[in-house]
Amino acid sequence: MIRGRNAGGARAKDPKKAMKRVLKIVFGDRKGKFVFIVCCIFISAFSIVYSSNFLGQFIDQYVTPIIGVENPDWQPVVMSLVQFACIVSVSVVFNYLLSRTMVSISQDTLYDIRIKMFKKLDSLPLSYFDQNQHGTIMSRFSNDTDTLNQFISNSLVQLMQAMITLVMVFVSMLINSWILTLVVIAFALLTMKASSSVAKRSGRQFAAQQSDLAAVNGFIEEMMNGQRVIKVFCHEGQSKADFGILNSKLRKSMTKGNALANAMGPITMNIGNIQYVALVVIGAVVVILTGGAGAGYTIGLLAAFLQLSRSFSNNINQISQQMNMVLLALAGAERIFELMDEESEVDDGYVMLVNSKTDENGNITESKERTGQWAWKHPHHDGSPVTYTPLRGDIVMQDVDFGYVPDKMVLHDISLYAKPGQKIAFVGSTGAGKTTITNLLNRFYDIQDGKIRFDGININKIKKADLRHSLGMILQDTNLFTGTIKENIRFGKLDASDDEVIAAAKLANAHDFIMMMPDGYDTMLTNNGESLSQGQRQLLSIARAAIADPPVLVMDEATSSIDTHTEALVQSGMDKLMEGRTVFVIAHRLSTVRNSNAIMVLDHGRIIERGDHETLIAQHGVYYKLYTGAIELE
Amino acid sequence: MLKTLLSRVREYKKFAFITPLLMIGEVAMEVLIPTLMAIIVDTGVSAGDMDYVFRIGIVIIAAAFLSLSFGVAGAWTASKASAGFATNIRNDLYSKIMDFSFADVDKFSTSSLITRMTTDVQNVQQSFQMMIRICFRSPIMFIFAIIMVYHNGGALSLVFAVAIPIVAVLIFLIFRRTYTSFTNAFRGYDAFNRVVQENLNGIRTVKAYVREDEQLSKFEEASETIRSNFKKGQTIMALMNPLMMTVTYCCMIAISYIGARLINIGHMETGELMSIYTYTGQILSSLVMTGMVIVMLSIAHASMVRIAEVLNTKPSMDVNENGETVVEDGSVVFDHVSFGYGKNSKVLNDINLDIKSGQMIGIIGNTGSGKTSLISLIARLYDAQSGSVKVGGKDVREYNLEALRNEVSVVLQKNTLFSGTVAENLRWGNPDATDAEIKAACDIASASPFVEAMKDGYNSHVEQGGTNFSGGQRQRLCIARALLKKPKILIMDDSTSAVDTATDMQIRKALREDVKDLTKIIISQRLSSVMDADQIIVMNNGSVQDVGTHSELLERNADYRDLYETQTRGGNLDD
Repeated sequence: MIRGRNAGGARAKDPKKAMKRVLKIVFGDRKGKFVFIVCCIFISAFSIVYSSNFLGQFIDQYVTPIIGVENPDWQPVVMSLVQFACIVSVSVVFNYLLSRTMVSISQDTLYDIRIKMFKKLDSLPLSYFDQNQHGTIMSRFSNDTDTLNQFISNSLVQLMQAMITLVMVFVSMLINSWILTLVVIAFALLTMKASSSVAKRSGRQFAAQQSDLAAVNGFIEEMMNGQRVIKVFCHEGQSKADFGILNSKLRKSMTKGNALANAMGPITMNIGNIQYVALVVIGAVVVILTGGAGAGYTIGLLAAFLQLSRSFSNNINQISQQMNMVLLALAGAERIFELMDEESEVDDGYVMLVNSKTDENGNITESKERTGQWAWKHPHHDGSPVTYTPLRGDIVMQDVDFGYVPDKMVLHDISLYAKPGQKIAFVGSTGAGKTTITNLLNRFYDIQDGKIRFDGININKIKKADLRHSLGMILQDTNLFTGTIKENIRFGKLDASDDEVIAAAKLANAHDFIMMMPDGYDTMLTNNGESLSQGQRQLLSIARAAIADPPVLVMDEATSSIDTHTEALVQSGMDKLMEGRTVFVIAHRLSTVRNSNAIMVLDHGRIIERGDHETLIAQHGVYYKLYTGAIELE
Repeated sequence: MLKTLLSRVREYKKFAFITPLLMIGEVAMEVLIPTLMAIIVDTGVSAGDMDYVFRIGIVIIAAAFLSLSFGVAGAWTASKASAGFATNIRNDLYSKIMDFSFADVDKFSTSSLITRMTTDVQNVQQSFQMMIRICFRSPIMFIFAIIMVYHNGGALSLVFAVAIPIVAVLIFLIFRRTYTSFTNAFRGYDAFNRVVQENLNGIRTVKAYVREDEQLSKFEEASETIRSNFKKGQTIMALMNPLMMTVTYCCMIAISYIGARLINIGHMETGELMSIYTYTGQILSSLVMTGMVIVMLSIAHASMVRIAEVLNTKPSMDVNENGETVVEDGSVVFDHVSFGYGKNSKVLNDINLDIKSGQMIGIIGNTGSGKTSLISLIARLYDAQSGSVKVGGKDVREYNLEALRNEVSVVLQKNTLFSGTVAENLRWGNPDATDAEIKAACDIASASPFVEAMKDGYNSHVEQGGTNFSGGQRQRLCIARALLKKPKILIMDDSTSAVDTATDMQIRKALREDVKDLTKIIISQRLSSVMDADQIIVMNNGSVQDVGTHSELLERNADYRDLYETQTRGGNLDD
C-alpha cells in the first residue's frame, strides 16, 4: 500500500507534452467512450447545480408559502419532489456508468502500457541494460506505472469533473447573485493562497523526510545484510547507536512533514466555514435591507447559494490537490515514455536458419519438417537463386575493432578462426576483453570495424534470432527462472519431450542430483534457484545448453568456488557438451585450456600470444607466466 | 499483538491521548456551526434583526477559529505521536534484531527482516496516525450530528434511523467484496515484480536463447492477474458512489417532505431544515470514512503481525553477561560435539578434535560436509546440541559472549564491507587502532599494496558491499579487519578463494611468521591453501574422516590422495 510513494519524485519536464501523450494513449482509440464520459460528467455536474437550486426553490415556493397555513395542498409539494427524484436518478445512473467505463478504460490502458513497456524492454540492445541500473528500470514498472494508474483511474476523471462542475456552479452562482459570487471568489483566492503556502512548506518537508527515510532504509538494508559480520565483530552497540541518530532525525522531519499535511484539511475546511458565515451575514443584510422582495433575495436563494458555494470551494480544493498528483504522475509518465522511445535492437538480417534435406546428388533443399539437419537460407539481392549453406559452425573474425562507446575501443584488430569442432580458449586478466569478444559473436553488441563470418556468411546478414539459436551460451553466472527444473532445462528447447530433458540432464551430470530432489524434475525453483548450490546451478545451465544442441558454443567458465566433487561433475559435463561442437571458452581452469586447439592470450583488447599449449609454453611469454602462477590474473 | 505494538508508544502517550480530545473539540465546533446558521436564519434574518445576525456571526467565526485551532493542534499531536511511535518501533526492532543469534536470523531471513523494518513499519505508522485521528473523528462526528438532527428536527431523525443501517450494510458488503480482489491484486504485484526482475537479471540468457516471447507471455499472465483483480474490485467500488448518492437523495427527499410538514405545523423552522441538509452530508460521509479506515487497518494488520512477531522473539542465545572474560590461550577442543540447524537436522556428528594454541589447521571437505558449521561453533555463532566446544580450556558457553568473540575472529565465507572508507572498515576490528596497526594488518593480509596504490590510500571510499573492490581485494581487506582485533584464534572460511595462489601463499607465510601465537584455522576448497598446515582435518558428511599432516594423509587416505591428484592435474588458472 505504500508502493509508489512517488519515488522518483521529480516534476515533469514538459507536462503539456506528456499530458497530451497520456490522453492519446487513454482515449486515442476510444473516442466514442471519451464523448460518453464527457456527457456523463456534464450530467452529474448539472445534477449538482440542479439539486442545490432545487433546495432554494423548494423552500421559497413550497415551504415558505405554507407556513402556518391550515390543511395546505400537499399535491404540488409531492409533485416537485417526484420531479426532483426523477432527475437525480438519471444522474445517479450516469454516475455509475461513468465509474464503470473508467474502470475498464483505465485498467485496459494500464495493461497495454505494461505490455508495451515489457516488449520494448526485451527488444532493447544489451548496452541499455549495461547503462541503466536494474533498480531504476524496475521502478518504471512499479512506481511509475502505479502513479500513472492512480492518475488515469482517479485523478483524470475527478479533475475533469471538478473543472466542469466548477464552471457550471460558477455560472449558476452568478445567475443567483453576483454580490455573493464576489464574496465566494474572494474566499476562493484566500483558500488557494493558504493551501499553496502550506503545500510549499510541506513539499519542502516532504523532500527532507524522503531523504531521511531513504537514509534510514539504506542503513537498515546495509546492516541487515552485513549482520553476521556485525555479530562476529561485536559491533551491535555501535550500530544501534548509529541507527538511533538517523532514526531520530527521521522522526523530526516526519513529524513536521506529516503535521503540515494533516493541517491542510482543517485549514481549508474552516476557511470554508468562515466563508459560509460571511455569505449568511451579507446575504442576511441584503435580505433585511431590501426586505427581500426587491432584489429577489430570499431565504431559499440563500440556502441554494450556500450549497453552491460549498461545492465551489470543494472543487477548487479538489483541483489544487489533484494538480500535485498530476504533476507527479506526468513525471512518471515521462520516464515511461523515455523507456518506450528507446532505440530497439535493429535486425536487418535476411539469412535464415531452416531445416534441410540433402538429396542423392548432394544438393541441399529446404524441408518443412524437422529433419535435425540445418542450413542457412541465403536469398541474394541481385536476384540470383536462393542458396543453401549447411550449418557447420565455422567461425572467422577478421580485423575486428570494437568499443562500447564509439570513441573508446576496447578490442583492436582481433583476427581468428575456428573450424567446425575446434576449441578456442581465451585467457587474460579481467578487462582484457575476453567476454567482449564472445558477446560480439551473437551480436549482443555490433562491431565497429572488421568482419565476423559464420559458415562463410557475414553475421550482420543473418537474422539475429537464427544466429542466436545456432550459438549456445553458458554464462558465468547461471540465471534460473521461477518454475520447475524441467521448465528451466526446457528453456533451451521449448518443444523438448520429457525424455529429451532427461537425456540433456544426464549429459550434463545433473540427473543424479535432480532425482534426489523432493519432486525430481518437477521441483519448483524460486529466486534464481536459491535452494541449489552453485555447482548444481551450473549443471542445470549446461543441461539447458545441451538441450538446445547448437553447433557453436560460447562458454564463460564460472569462477565461483565449488567443491571438488561437483567441480569434477561440472567439468565432465562440459567436456561431454563440447564434443563435436565449435567451442569458444573463456577459461579459468588449466584443464580446459590445455586441450584447446588454440589459445588466445588477451591483454588490453589485443591478442598478444596465440597458439596451442605446447607452443605457448615453449615461448616463455605471458602465458607461461600465467600458467606457472607467476602473475595474477585478477 | 496489539499490546506488543501499542506499548511502544511510550513517551508519546500523552500526544496519542490528546489527539482524540482535540479531534472531539474540532468536530464539536464543526457540528455546532450549521445549527448556529439555522439560528441566524430563523431568528435574525426572518425577524430582520441585524444586530442579532452580527452577534451570532461573530460566534460562528469564533467557533470556526476554535475548530481550526483544534484541527491544527490535532494535526501536530497526531503527527508527533505517530512519528514517535514509528521511531520507537524501529529502534526496538533494530535492537532486537541486533541481539538475534545467527539461528534467529536464519529463521526470519534477511530480506524479510528488511521488509519488516521498512515497509511494515511505514504501514503501521500510517494506520496508527489514522487510528488516533479519523477513528475518533468520524464516529464522533456521526454521533454529534445525529444529536443535532434530533435537537433541530426531532422526528426527522427517524429518517436516519432507516438510512444508517442501510448505508452500513452497503459499505460492509462493498468493502468485503473488494477486499479480496484488492489483496489478490497486491499479491499479483509480487509475481509481476518477480517476472520483471528475473527478466532483467537474466536478460543475457533470455536474449542468447531468443526467449523474448516466452518471457512476454509470463509477463502477460502476471499483468492480467493485476488487471482482472483490479477490474473486479473497482467495478464493485464503482457502485459505492451511486449508492451513496441514492441514499443521500432519498434522505433529502424524505427530509424535505417531512420538514415541510413540520414547518407547516410550526414544529420546525426553515433555517433548521437547512441545517439538517448539511448534517445529512456529515453523517453519511463520516460513515463512509469509518468504513474506509477499517479497510485500511485490516490491510495494515498483516504488517502489525509481522512486526510483533519479531518483537516477541526471544534471542535464542544467552550472551552470558557475567561469564568469564579472559580467554587463556588459543587452544580449541571438540568433545563429542553434535550439531544441527533444527531439532531434526544433524549436520555434525560426534566431533572430537584437539587443536593446540598457535597451530595452523586446515579443513577440507565437500560442500555440505559441515566445515562451516564446525567453525561456527568455536565463536559460538551457534550452540552445539550436545557435547562441549572448549576454547582456552573452558566451554565456550562459560565465557561472556563478547569477550569470546573478541578473541575468536572469524572471516566469514559471505563477507561484507560497509560503505565508508577503507580505514573505517578496518577499524571495525579495533576502533582505536593506530594507522601503523592498520598498515601492519594490511601487510599480513597482502592488502597494503593495492590500498596504498589507490589515490586516497586508506581513506579511499568503499561502496556499499565493497562493490568497488574486486573479490580478491575484498577478501584480503576482510582478513586484515579480522586481524586488527588481535585475536587468539583466527578462522578463515574459504577467505582466499578469489585470491591468486601466489598471494594466498604469501598471506599464509605472513600469518605463520608474523603472528606466531595466533591459532589459525583455514577452510579451503584448494588443497594448496592447507597443504602446509600443522594438521589437516578431512570432513565428510558431518564427521571428521581423518586428521593428519599432508604427507600422512597422502599416504593413508585414499580420498585425500584423489583430491590431491585432481587438483594438481587441473589446477585453477586465475583464482
